[in-house]
Amino acid sequence: MQTPAPVDYVRATSVEDALAQLQKHGEEARVVAGGHSLIPMMRLRLARPEMLVDINDLDELKHIKIEGNEIVIGAMVRHREVLDSPILFEHYPAFRECEKVIADPVVRNRGTVGGSFCQADPAEDLSALGSALRGTVVIRNAEGSRTVPMRDFHYGPYTTQVADGELLTEVRIPIRPGAGSAYEKVERRAGDWAVASVGAFVVVKNGVVDDCGIGLAAVGAQHYSAPGAEAFLIGKAPTEENLLQAATIAADECDPASDQRGPADYKKHLAKELTLRALRRSVQSSKGA
Amino acid sequence: MQVTMTINGESVTKECEPRTLLVHFIREDVGLRGTHWGCDTSNCGTCVLWVDGEPVKSCTMFAAMADGREITTVEGLEKNGQLDPIQQGFIECHGLQCGFCTPGMMMTGRWILDNNPHPSEEEIREGISGQLCRCTGYKNIVSAIQWAADHPAENEVKA
Repeated sequence: MQTPAPVDYVRATSVEDALAQLQKHGEEARVVAGGHSLIPMMRLRLARPEMLVDINDLDELKHIKIEGNEIVIGAMVRHREVLDSPILFEHYPAFRECEKVIADPVVRNRGTVGGSFCQADPAEDLSALGSALRGTVVIRNAEGSRTVPMRDFHYGPYTTQVADGELLTEVRIPIRPGAGSAYEKVERRAGDWAVASVGAFVVVKNGVVDDCGIGLAAVGAQHYSAPGAEAFLIGKAPTEENLLQAATIAADECDPASDQRGPADYKKHLAKELTLRALRRSVQSSKGA
Repeated sequence: MQVTMTINGESVTKECEPRTLLVHFIREDVGLRGTHWGCDTSNCGTCVLWVDGEPVKSCTMFAAMADGREITTVEGLEKNGQLDPIQQGFIECHGLQCGFCTPGMMMTGRWILDNNPHPSEEEIREGISGQLCRCTGYKNIVSAIQWAADHPAENEVKA
C-alpha cells in the first residue's frame, strides 16, 4: 500500500484565504484541486508537501464565460465541464476533441484546468491546446494579479511561473471569429498520455491564412508551440503543399525523447503527420474558407 | 482531524489522518468493504464511488477532501431490499467472473444510465474506459449495463 507521508490539510474558503494559507506555508504548501497528479506524486514521494490547501470549495473559480473578446475559464473548472461546454465548443471545437482523449470519464470528473496547466506535464493535452490558441493565464498573489502568455508560462517540464504563495486563477483564450480548430492525438491505449498530440486553429480570410496556431504535446516542443511553422503559414494560401511544409517545419521544431511510448524518430513522424491533419481539419472548418 | 460525511444516506463522523485516502477510510475506518482497492494509481477504477453524485476514483482523493460531501458506495445501490437494475443486470448477463472490478463497474454503469438512459454500446465502452476488468469480461459488462437500461426500476423516470 502506497500511503503519502504525513501532511496537514486546510480547506480554503476564498481565493484570499487560499493565498493567505499559501503565503503562510511557503514552499511547504501545495494546492490540491482534482488531486489526480499531486496525490500519486505524494505516494511516490516525488512531492512531499507539509500542507495541502484544498481549493475545491472556491466557486469563484468555476466559471466558463465570455469577457470582451476572450473566453475565461476558471482554474477549478473540471475537464468534464470543458468537454461539455457549449461556449468552448462554439468557438473552438478542438476543446471537445482534446478533452475526449484526456484520461477517462471518471478522472475527468475530478481533474481541473488549473491543475493541468500548473502540473505542466510535457505530455499534457490541454496545455498544448492552450499554447496553440495563444491563451494567457492569470496568476494571483497577496499583492495582486498578473497575466502571463501561455508561451511564457512554463520554464520547462513541471515548472511554471506560479511561485510560492501564488495561485493560478484563470485561463483566458482569445476569440477569433471564423476560426477553425482541431485536435489530434495518438495514444497507446484509451485514456493514456499522448505518444504525440497536436492542437491547431486556422483563420482563413480571402483565400489566405490570416492567423493560425499550433500546439504540440509530448514531443519536446518549447512551450508546446511551433512558432516557425505558424510564421511560415500566415499569409499563404492553405494549400495541401503549404500545410505539409508547415507540418514539416513544426516537426523540425520538436525534440522528442525516446521512451517507453516510442522512439524519437517515430514521435517526429507523428508530430508532422498530426500537425498536417490538425491543420487540414482546421482549414476545412474555418468559416472564412 | 475529524471528518463528517454522509455515506449512503447516513451521517458518519470519524477521526482520520489528513493523509488517509478515501478508499481506505471507507474500507478500514467505516468498514464498508464493497468498494475495492486495486491499483493505487487511478488507473483500474475498482475503487470508484460517488462523491456528490459523481463517480470518483477514491484511491486518488483524501478522506479530508470528502468532509461535508455526500458519498454513495456500491452498498448504497440497493433500495428497500431491492437490487438496483444495474446489479440485477450483472446477475442476468454474467457481468462478472472474479468480481473484483464489479463494484466500480456498477457505480460507473449506474451513473452512465442516470445521465443517458439509452446509451449506445460505444457510449458505454467509453464510459467505462477508465476501468479495468482483468478477466477481460467487457462484453458481458456492456451487456449488463444494457440490460439495466432496458429494465429501469419502476420509480425511475423513463426517458
